[in-house]
Amino acid sequence: MTQSTSSPSTERGDAVSGVEIVFDDIVKTYAGTSQPAVDHLSLTIPAGEIVMFVGPSGCGKTTSLKMINRLHEPTSGTITIDGEDIRAKNADELRRHVGYVIQGGSLFPHMTVKQNIGLVPGLLGWDKQRTAERVDELLDLVGLKPDRYRDRFPRELSGGQQQRVGVARGLAADPPVILMDEPFGAVDPITRQRLQDELLSIQEELRKTIVCVTHDIDEAVKLGDRILILTEGAKIAQYDTPENVLAAPANTFVEDFVGAGSALKSLSLSRVAEVDLYDQTSVKVGESVADAKQRATSAGHTSVVVLDEQERPVDWLWLRALQGETVREPADERDLITISQQATLNDALDSMLVSTHDGVPVTGAQDRYVGVATFSAVTSLITSKNQQAQETSGDAIAQAPDDADLEHATAAPADTEGS
Amino acid sequence: MSTETTTARSERRSRLSREDLGLLLGLPILCAVVLGAWAIWRATADLDDIESRALAWGNILTLAGEHLLLTVVGALVVVATAVPIGIALTRPGMKRFATPVVGVANAGQAAPVIGVIVLFAMWLSFGFWTAILALSLYSFLPVLRNTIVRLQSVDPTLVEAARGTGMSNATVLRRVELPLAMPVIMTGVRTALVLLVGTAAFGTFISAGGLGALIVVGITLFRSPILISGGLLMAVLALLVDWAGRVLEFLATPKGM
Repeated sequence: MTQSTSSPSTERGDAVSGVEIVFDDIVKTYAGTSQPAVDHLSLTIPAGEIVMFVGPSGCGKTTSLKMINRLHEPTSGTITIDGEDIRAKNADELRRHVGYVIQGGSLFPHMTVKQNIGLVPGLLGWDKQRTAERVDELLDLVGLKPDRYRDRFPRELSGGQQQRVGVARGLAADPPVILMDEPFGAVDPITRQRLQDELLSIQEELRKTIVCVTHDIDEAVKLGDRILILTEGAKIAQYDTPENVLAAPANTFVEDFVGAGSALKSLSLSRVAEVDLYDQTSVKVGESVADAKQRATSAGHTSVVVLDEQERPVDWLWLRALQGETVREPADERDLITISQQATLNDALDSMLVSTHDGVPVTGAQDRYVGVATFSAVTSLITSKNQQAQETSGDAIAQAPDDADLEHATAAPADTEGS
Repeated sequence: MSTETTTARSERRSRLSREDLGLLLGLPILCAVVLGAWAIWRATADLDDIESRALAWGNILTLAGEHLLLTVVGALVVVATAVPIGIALTRPGMKRFATPVVGVANAGQAAPVIGVIVLFAMWLSFGFWTAILALSLYSFLPVLRNTIVRLQSVDPTLVEAARGTGMSNATVLRRVELPLAMPVIMTGVRTALVLLVGTAAFGTFISAGGLGALIVVGITLFRSPILISGGLLMAVLALLVDWAGRVLEFLATPKGM
């Protein structure tokens, strides 16, 4: 087991609202079984980080998670949150201060979105006004328009929307610690990727302590500040940053679990922010069509990205589809696929597969448009990354023979993105 | 996305299926027509002394009122006992008693009411409350069974989600489990109501009143107008009670489901 001492998030220096969680020699034995489900687990989860629990099914990762909010009680050992033994408080009281997000959202079908999100504030005795304001604030945060979604029932939402409400419910009372149990397991890959991106940007702002169980190593690498890989009995195989887990698996178990394609896994480590974005012409809703066309043509572009008042990309139109006096908002809610700068290269490639253009619009803070990630920009970054990796491992020559791109990258390594 | 919301909306509109809507509107109309036809016959028919006394408007209203009272009080007793017992039997630690209790309730329904009601009357006394006891025992099972079965089938992840938000066990029951179970429990109540309105006819044997009196009189005195009127009125009352049960069921279904 390796444990890195430097926290990957200290450099961000924002206000951390999360707190530290410590497992001290935790054992959990279920009645009627001889093998403990969790066998002497000791672990420190630093404040303000996302720690991903991964491992094969039955390794005790979910049990370990549920012991933090006392849905399961340890047989022996203590868990502390911010230095306080979790058994010091009544379990119900404890849970009101620990966010809990589960697969599919698990929304209560007989309650509206507002009632679902307002549950914990209600239990904590907030007044109606404050709860209502908080609900709207959270809906905005998870990207759902409050006016539109507040009074809907869960079955009137898509899977991704339900999951967003589930996240909002977990954040409702602003708890320092949030537990997530396979949060994005029940949605399609594109939606999952968006939800992950959103979680990362929410986390950048809030800096909670998030403990998340997943069986998906890609998700762990993407979301985690640290990854905890568990074997049967919740024995720690490795607990480290994603970079170190991929670069230096602690043992063969981790190697097998992380998978053979470690070069491909680096796709999950590189973020879209590293890609050289293409400055595709953008026009705002309400702008004159003639102006827009003129600007695009002078830039040599045959299509424009349409932005709304908040500069969020809402559409990507060919020039011939631009008609009328002024640029209009897309008629029905057209779902333009965009990705955030926090998305991984893996996500970018996925999104491109379903895009109708050669690339995908990239959004930065507050979902503002920052440019387009083109297919060639992404692949050249991947090539140069792989090249760097091979150079460090010393087998570049063996792999490179007849690939022009690779030769180019070898010739000018200084031009490539430094990470 | 837009198609998704349209489906959601049309689903919301069609919370009442066409069939349900037909029953909710059609049943009272049917009953009104039948009652109206019977009232016209009653007003115009050539009846002898005994018949007109038995079928006097005041007498009919009293008997129907008694019948309804037996049904409603019986249902209230059943709900007030079967639902709490059903809840208790689904709590941890009590689960093992569920099977024997359902077994006893089963026996209650299997025993013929006509026999039980008379035995109770011999043992206790004649009258209204003895009838209520026998009727409640008979119609106890559907409410108990529906309560237990539905509470047991509430999605355990929802219950865990509720506990995870910091609700106490009592709050989880009140705010999550019971609302979700309510439609099925109410279906049980409707079944109980239908059983009660039918078996309340036996009330007359132990002087607890009800429309059964018309049938008894009709048979013993060979007066088919009385007999048929009794049967007809009981059928109409049963349909109306069933209709009321459906309305209750609809009202008890939480929005969003």
